[in-house]
Amino acid sequence: MKYVVLIAGYPEGVDWDEMTADDRQVYLDRHQAFADTCRGRDGVEIRAGEALGDGSMATTLRTSHDGTVTMTDGPFAEAAEHIGGFYLLEVPDLEVLTEICSILPPYILDLRPVIDVG
Amino acid sequence: MTSADHLAGPALELAWREHWGRLVAVLIGEFRRMDLAEDALADAFTKATVRWPIDGVPDNPAAWLRTAARRRLLDMLRADAVAGRKQQLLVVEAQASQAMGASPDVVPDDRLRLLLLCCHPAIGVEAQAALALRLVLGISTAEIARLFLLADATIGARLTRAKRKIAGAGVPFALPPPDQLQLRVDTAVRTVYLAFTAGYAPGEGPDLLRADLAGEAIRLARVLDELVPDHAPVRALLALMLFQHARRDARVRGDDLVLLADQDRRRWHHDEIAQARGLLAAVPPADGVTEELRLQAMIAELHATSPDAAATDWTSIAGHYARLETLTGSPVVRLNRAVAVAEVSGPAAGLAMLEGLTVALARSHRLPAVRAELLLRAGDTTGARRELLDAIERCRNDAERRHLHRRLDIVSATPR
Repeated sequence: MKYVVLIAGYPEGVDWDEMTADDRQVYLDRHQAFADTCRGRDGVEIRAGEALGDGSMATTLRTSHDGTVTMTDGPFAEAAEHIGGFYLLEVPDLEVLTEICSILPPYILDLRPVIDVG
Repeated sequence: MTSADHLAGPALELAWREHWGRLVAVLIGEFRRMDLAEDALADAFTKATVRWPIDGVPDNPAAWLRTAARRRLLDMLRADAVAGRKQQLLVVEAQASQAMGASPDVVPDDRLRLLLLCCHPAIGVEAQAALALRLVLGISTAEIARLFLLADATIGARLTRAKRKIAGAGVPFALPPPDQLQLRVDTAVRTVYLAFTAGYAPGEGPDLLRADLAGEAIRLARVLDELVPDHAPVRALLALMLFQHARRDARVRGDDLVLLADQDRRRWHHDEIAQARGLLAAVPPADGVTEELRLQAMIAELHATSPDAAATDWTSIAGHYARLETLTGSPVVRLNRAVAVAEVSGPAAGLAMLEGLTVALARSHRLPAVRAELLLRAGDTTGARRELLDAIERCRNDAERRHLHRRLDIVSATPR
């Protein structure tokens, strides 16, 4: 199955902006370990993964049938403000996904299955 | 719509009890569709109620039901394909799909896999229990609704949502990795206890207790105990269920309910009580689910080991209930605590504890029933009568309602 893992926030009391350089290095190292684990595991693949600019950089666009496009200051949803990044992963199931995500540094993650709308 | 009430004969009832969960598991393993597996099996049972009385009971009822359910499921899949409906398939571990080749009689592990699938933490807690009761034990949606004090439609929607979530979110039909097993078993423990309660005190229909269903829940707990030996919550759960189940023969006289105080204690299964005491003695004080179960088992033990009703150690029982209430915040626990407190300190103290339960227990007949008994003891027959009428109106178990009617007759005959 394909999943988007949304990095939806930090646990209580953890804040990237407040972290020391060493703490940040731990986060980066854990992401590297996560990537290494995925590479070494059968049926698991990282299709994409990026860190995202915060909500203050977001722009909301409303598209329509008649071609009208309305742009407003973003982000659209309150929760989206905190989404700091994502991975697009190919894994066998939720159990394996949970196991490999436990390698990531402390976050609150939203695991969203990718669905086939065709 | 399959439930014990609708089955034709004892053979069907036996097949339903023995094979429902196993067959659901086998069908899910093969076809990877939870929704269709349950519907197809229900249809197979309906077909059996028509065919078996005519053709006779097949030599291997489980195999007959499986064949009928498979055929029905293949029809359903064909209909889905024709209509262009696409459904998310369940992720199934290779081992589980292999089990379909074996006889349903020799794949007990599939029920465990099914139970742990139902109790997956990605599913909401209430949905977990409803799902396990429906899929593993085959209990009707209506009966599950009664257990949760909710409307049928609410439970139906909850079950549908849960099944969709399991397939959609990629929850696999697989045994959890070893380091996750204990956590998953703890979740299942709660669910099994709910299943036991359904057998121990059916809220609907003519039966006062369904000892078989309670026995089935005990068997589920024994499977868990086998898989994860010496696991405190499973042991506490088993002890609790054995204490309660040991009273089954004395709880009913004819079609009538016999209150704990009036039960013939010689008819309790004292071998089971002894076994339960052995299990409970090995469970140390804990927290969370284990402590909840341990406290309840300790209460059951005090009842089970008291030589007669008058000798019951109500002070200790009230103390255990107080700790249980702190732990759970449950209105049902408070109701039981009120009964124990009334035994220790009199009806007024018990009645005071019932304050504030009206909303939380708006659909339960036990609140007005308890209130009636306490009012009666306090000498308020008018109040007792009013509460009994309310309880009778709410009660959906025939035997319990008859008991309430008898109490009403006694109260009505009492001079004011």
